[in-house]
Amino acid sequence: MAQPTRPASAQTVFAPWTDPTAQPLIQFKNVTKQFGDFTAVDDLTINIYEREFFALLGPSGCGKTTLMRMLAGFENPTHGEILLGGKNIVPVPPNQRPVNMMFQSYALFPHLSVWENIAFGLKRSDMPKDQIGDRVAEMLRLTRMEKFAKRKPHQISGGQRQRVALARSLAKAPKLLLLDEPLGALDKKLRNDTQFELMDIQEKTGTTFVIVTHDQEEAMTVASRVAVMDAGKMIQVDTPAGIYEAPNSVYVADFIGDVNIIEGNASVSGEKVDVHFAEGVDPIHAVTDKPITDGQRVSYAVRPEKISVDREPLADRANHVKGKVEDIGYLGNVSTYHVRLPSGQLVSALMTNSRRLARRDFTWEDEVWLSWTDTAGVVLTE
Amino acid sequence: MKKPSWFNITSLTLGFAFLYIPMLVLIAYSFNGGRLVTVWAGFSTKWYGELLSNEAFLDAAWVTLRVAVATATLATVLGTLAGYVLVRGGRFMGRTLFAGMAYAPLVMPDVILGLSLLLLFKTMFSSMGMTTVILAHTTFAMCYVSVVVSSRLMSFDRSIEEAAADLGATAFDTFKSVTLPIIFPAVLSGWLLAFTLSLDDLVIASFVTGPGATTLPIKIFSAVRLGVSPEINALSTIMIGIVTIGVITFSVINKRQIAQRLRDEKMAG
Repeated sequence: MAQPTRPASAQTVFAPWTDPTAQPLIQFKNVTKQFGDFTAVDDLTINIYEREFFALLGPSGCGKTTLMRMLAGFENPTHGEILLGGKNIVPVPPNQRPVNMMFQSYALFPHLSVWENIAFGLKRSDMPKDQIGDRVAEMLRLTRMEKFAKRKPHQISGGQRQRVALARSLAKAPKLLLLDEPLGALDKKLRNDTQFELMDIQEKTGTTFVIVTHDQEEAMTVASRVAVMDAGKMIQVDTPAGIYEAPNSVYVADFIGDVNIIEGNASVSGEKVDVHFAEGVDPIHAVTDKPITDGQRVSYAVRPEKISVDREPLADRANHVKGKVEDIGYLGNVSTYHVRLPSGQLVSALMTNSRRLARRDFTWEDEVWLSWTDTAGVVLTE
Repeated sequence: MKKPSWFNITSLTLGFAFLYIPMLVLIAYSFNGGRLVTVWAGFSTKWYGELLSNEAFLDAAWVTLRVAVATATLATVLGTLAGYVLVRGGRFMGRTLFAGMAYAPLVMPDVILGLSLLLLFKTMFSSMGMTTVILAHTTFAMCYVSVVVSSRLMSFDRSIEEAAADLGATAFDTFKSVTLPIIFPAVLSGWLLAFTLSLDDLVIASFVTGPGATTLPIKIFSAVRLGVSPEINALSTIMIGIVTIGVITFSVINKRQIAQRLRDEKMAG
């Protein structure tokens, strides 16, 4: 499997959400969806732009699937409007929307061959009959399924079914493709390969993808932007890097990856903030652009890999804390150290095992110094 | 393989004896040469010959077959639609009432059903005949079909139908080109069930039948009242033969399909 390298342009130039003149492809305007007393989606407003790979991420029951089903037309919002290319699509039934969906269970038609599955949508479109064969062949080529065209869905493997489902949903060249946990049924290895394949196909076809997933790694890998949802609301919408490096709340910081959360009182001078987290120890030095007042209770979040574990404090870092190694989790390439501070907090730090294990110069119960810079963590007020 | 215990062998033998001895006796006596049903008078196939020249029995058989095919077909169409609406229609007003009403004839005594249909048909038709028998049979056979079809639909992955709609199919198109082909085995067994029910119904048919619409069960029942003739044994043997061949063929085809599917899945996995 070739390692993917996103074109540099995609990362630096492609950011329509920062351009106030860009026309969004999809607009949710104050959309609420209720099932009886349960509010699945709560007064939600969001723009999604053309060619985006937009990931909806959240625990089960957060409303991400409902949001997607409203885009496909299987559910109608209780209040609010959904616009596609500026037109309200709420009254449009699913079979007339320029939107296709790839289902979690793949939902292939078991009585039809791979070829007929892919042609199903084309036969019901205004495409002339003589072009259908070419289009199906193109889709088979795109998903490398040419050899299996005549097989029935139960005659191919899980990974191949997944590719047929993708080919079928892309065949009509929809403006928008919805993917509901598309890789959920695949094993980890196949999943990783398929993620890159998905990104590749998305770039080749230029289709806008909206993907629903509960797997944060998957969302981070494939998406141009990630929306973290909880209880029917979008907590944060940002690029994967933005979500990871600058979470806007403890919920997001905690949901994406591992994080150390340390609570304390803030003292502010300009953009510098000190977080006093325990008596008689130096405060944590941090910088922030958020309006924080003196004495405010805040949470300081710092990722384990930003913290260095050493015998001596590192002079070039702004923060130094002493602690005792309580636990070491050895994962081969990296090790996680759980270090207990004298004030009681347990901090985890991630170190790359760049040396052989035998050369490590500290172990359980050893006193160590944790060091990190003042820009390594973020100060959160929510 | 483990040797079966004497207890298992005994219970199996008794069970099968209980089920099949009556039929075996009947088959044996159908080859009896004598006129007396219970006295063995040598092997002969003469009653089969007699049967083939008995117009009344042949007519009744022909009527029964036509009634059963018409009933099965009508009941399958109506029962499939009823099952589809009850499972897929969502929660519409009076759904529970409809479901209850559709299944009521399952538990209704045949005598009451027959009598009520007779009263209804008296006001609708000037005379009873094949039409009324078909209508009566359809009434009770369709609920069996709807039970079979709706239980299949309940285990049906809904997202397959959503996928069809998503790809541009209308509701009717989805039913015709996706749902129906997938549930077809259930629809077919519904048809066979309705066919069998119609074939051996005596009670309801005797209420609503009329001149020229004597079905085989009615014919046999009235003939038996005048004394069991060896001809009836021959006729019953033929019916047993037909049903046996049907059941065996059906299960062999079914088994082959399952085996083929398992092989395919193994190859693909």
